[in-house]
Amino acid sequence: MPPETTPPGVPRVALLVTCLADLFRPTVAQAALRLLDAAGCTVRVPERQTCCGQPAFNSGDRVDAVAQARFMVEALEAESVDYVVAPSGSCASHIRHQYPILLGDDPAWAGRARELADKTHELLSFLVDRLGWTDVPGRLDAQVTYHDTCSGVRELGVKAQPRALMARVEGLAVTELAAPEECCGFGGTFCVKYPDISGRMAGDKADDVVATGAGMVLGGDMGCLLNIAGMLKRRGSSVQVRHVAEVLAGLTDAAPPIGEGTEAP
Amino acid sequence: MHVTSRRFKDNVRGAVNDANLRQSLATMKTGFRVKRGLAVAALPEFEALREAGKAIKTHTLEHLDHYLEHFEARVLERGGHVHWAPDAETARRAVLDICRTHGAKTVTKGKSMVAEEIELNAFLEGHGIRPVETDLGEYIIQLRHELPSHIIAPAIHVRKSQVASTFRESHPQFPADRPLEEPRELLDEARTVLREHFLGADVGITGANFLVAETGSSVIVTNEGNGDLTQLLPRVHIVVTSIEKVVPTLEDTGTLLRLLARSATGQIMSSYTTVSTGPRRPDDPDGPDHFHVVLLDNGRSRLLGGEFQDVLRCIRCAACINHCPVYGAVGGHAYGSVYPGPIGSVLTPGLASLEESASLPNASTLCGRCEEVCPMKIPLPRMLRHWREQEFARHLTPARTRWGLRAWAFAARRPWLYRLGTGLAGRLLSRLGRGRGRLARLPLAGGWTQVRDLPVPPPGGTFMARYKRGETR
Repeated sequence: MPPETTPPGVPRVALLVTCLADLFRPTVAQAALRLLDAAGCTVRVPERQTCCGQPAFNSGDRVDAVAQARFMVEALEAESVDYVVAPSGSCASHIRHQYPILLGDDPAWAGRARELADKTHELLSFLVDRLGWTDVPGRLDAQVTYHDTCSGVRELGVKAQPRALMARVEGLAVTELAAPEECCGFGGTFCVKYPDISGRMAGDKADDVVATGAGMVLGGDMGCLLNIAGMLKRRGSSVQVRHVAEVLAGLTDAAPPIGEGTEAP
Repeated sequence: MHVTSRRFKDNVRGAVNDANLRQSLATMKTGFRVKRGLAVAALPEFEALREAGKAIKTHTLEHLDHYLEHFEARVLERGGHVHWAPDAETARRAVLDICRTHGAKTVTKGKSMVAEEIELNAFLEGHGIRPVETDLGEYIIQLRHELPSHIIAPAIHVRKSQVASTFRESHPQFPADRPLEEPRELLDEARTVLREHFLGADVGITGANFLVAETGSSVIVTNEGNGDLTQLLPRVHIVVTSIEKVVPTLEDTGTLLRLLARSATGQIMSSYTTVSTGPRRPDDPDGPDHFHVVLLDNGRSRLLGGEFQDVLRCIRCAACINHCPVYGAVGGHAYGSVYPGPIGSVLTPGLASLEESASLPNASTLCGRCEEVCPMKIPLPRMLRHWREQEFARHLTPARTRWGLRAWAFAARRPWLYRLGTGLAGRLLSRLGRGRGRLARLPLAGGWTQVRDLPVPPPGGTFMARYKRGETR
C-alpha cells in the first residue's frame, strides 16, 4: 500500500534493514516487517539503502562517513514516512546521534539529517515506547537469556523494552545474565583488528551465557549476535543464538539459529 | 613520556593468556565495580554532583592561565616555591636540584602518577638519590621493578603469593620462616619497613589530587596515611603535579572529592584527605621547612582549546579503567603507557605522540561504559574516534584497511554494485558453510576465525533480494 493512501493515524514506517541483517540474517528484517505490520504500521523498504556508514565512521574515515550519511539520508528520504525503524541499536543510534553531527556543518544537509535523526528508532523501543504495543505474535517454549547490546542500552536506553516484549511471548522464560550490559567484544572492525582481546571478551560473554543454563541467547544487534554465536559454536556449545525479533515475531522456524545449519551438528 | 604502545598487539597476546592476571582482573571487576555501583546508588544527587564537578573543571580549564598564576602567587605568599616545567626533563631537573640543595640521600614518595609519567624514580636513582615508594601498591611494584598497571591500584596485577615472595627476597632482615600468607602479615611487614624510611627521609615527594588557587594549597587523598607521613616528616616537601589539577576554591575540592572516592573505590571519602599549604609556620607543631610545587605541562596545554580539552577534566578516579572490558581482558601493562584504559588511550597520544600510540585509540569497542561511569562526563568514546580520524588523515592507518574502506565506500553508494557484491558474498559464504551454518576458517577473515567461527548466511539470498522477489511477508 503506497504511503499516500495510508489512512490517517496509521504510522508509516520505512524499514532500515541494516547491512548485517541483509547479508547474514534476512529473517531478522523479515521479523521486523512482521512485527511492525502486526503493530498496525504501513511498512516500506527503501530500495536504495545499503549501510549506515559505521565502518568508515569508527575507522576514522570521516570523508566516507559523511558521504555515506548523505547517501543514506537521500535513500531513506525516498519514502515519505513518519518513522525509520531498524532492528539494531547500533545503526539506529548512528543515524540518531551521529548524522546530525556529521552533516551539521553543511547547510544543505543539516536540516535533512536532523529530521531523519528525529524519526529514526530502534525496533524494540519503537514498538514499546512509540506505539505502546507489546501484543507480539511469537510463541516459544524455551528458557532464554538476553544480552543488552552496547549502543542499544547506553545510547538509546533499550533495556526494559525487550524484556516487556519477551514477557508477552507464551512459553518463554528469561534468565538474566550476570553481566548483561558487558560488551561482547564485537565492536565493528575491532573484532578483526584485535582478535585476542575480542576473543577474550566474547569468551567471557559465552561463559556468562552458559552459566545461566538457558538454551538460547537473544539480543537486538546482529554484530553482537554473530560474535557470540561464533564463540559458542567454536566451543561446541549447544546454546542457540537468535535475534530477539525472530522470537517475538514467531519466526524461529524460518531459519536455523545463527551459526547453525540444516544438518545435524 | 616513555611509551611502548607500539608493542600493544604482542603485549596483548601474553596478557590474555596470563592466568595470574586473569584472576587479578576478575577481582577488580567484582570489587571496584560493585562498590562504585552501591556508592552511587546511595547518593540521590550523584548526577547533579557530576554536573557540578564537570562545570568546575570546565570553567577552570577555560581560565587555566588565570588560576595557575593565582595559585603560584598564593604559594609564594605562604613562603613556598613554584617550578614551571614545560616537559618531563625540566620537571625531573627541578626535583633533583631541590634534593641536591638540601643534600638529600633518600626521598620518600607518596603515590603520584605524574612522577610515574616523568619517570622520576629512575632519574633520581641515576643521580645517587634513593626514592622509596610509600604507597603499599607502589612499594610492591618498586621492589619488583615493574610499572604500575592501574592508576589507583598500581599493583593490581600482583597476586598475594607473589607479594609474599617479593617481600622474602627484599626483606632479608626478617626470619626466613615468617608467615606471610595473610594480607595483614604483608601489611604489617611493609609498615615496619616503611616506618624507618619515613623517619629517615630527607625529602618527601607527593603528587596532588587538586591544587587550590585561592589558598595555594595542594590536596591529596590516600587510604594508608602514607601521604601524610611522606609530606610532614621530612624537612622538604615537593609536590610533583600537573597544570590541570588546579581548581578555583577549597569549596570546589569538596564537590570533586565527593565524586572522586565514590567513583574510584566506592568510598564516601578516602581515609585520609590532606591539605598542605606552604611550609611549616612558627606555631605549627610539625610540617616541612620547605615547600615546593613542580607544575608539569608535558603536552597538556597543547590539548587546550581543541577537541581534546575535555580530557583535562579527568580527576584520575579510574572508574573508566575499572569498567573497561578491554582493560578487563588485558590489564594495564599491555597498553605500554603509565596511563592505561580508556583515559590512557585518549591521553597517551596527546602527551606522547599518535605515531607511538596509534594502537591505543583503536583498541576499543566504543562500548560507552567509560563515559557512562566517568564522574567528569568526559566523552571518551568520541575522543577515541577523534584520534582515529587524525590517524586516518595522517595516513597512519594500515594501507590494507584504507583500501578496504575505499572499496566498501565505493560500493555502498552504488546500490546495484552493492547488491551484486552482497549477493555474491552471501551465496559464496552460504555454500562454503555447507549446511553447517558456519565456517571455522576463511581466507582474509583470519582476524575473525582465529578465535571464533563465522556464522554464514542461510541459503536463499540477501533480504533485499528476497524482498524484491516478494518472499518476505
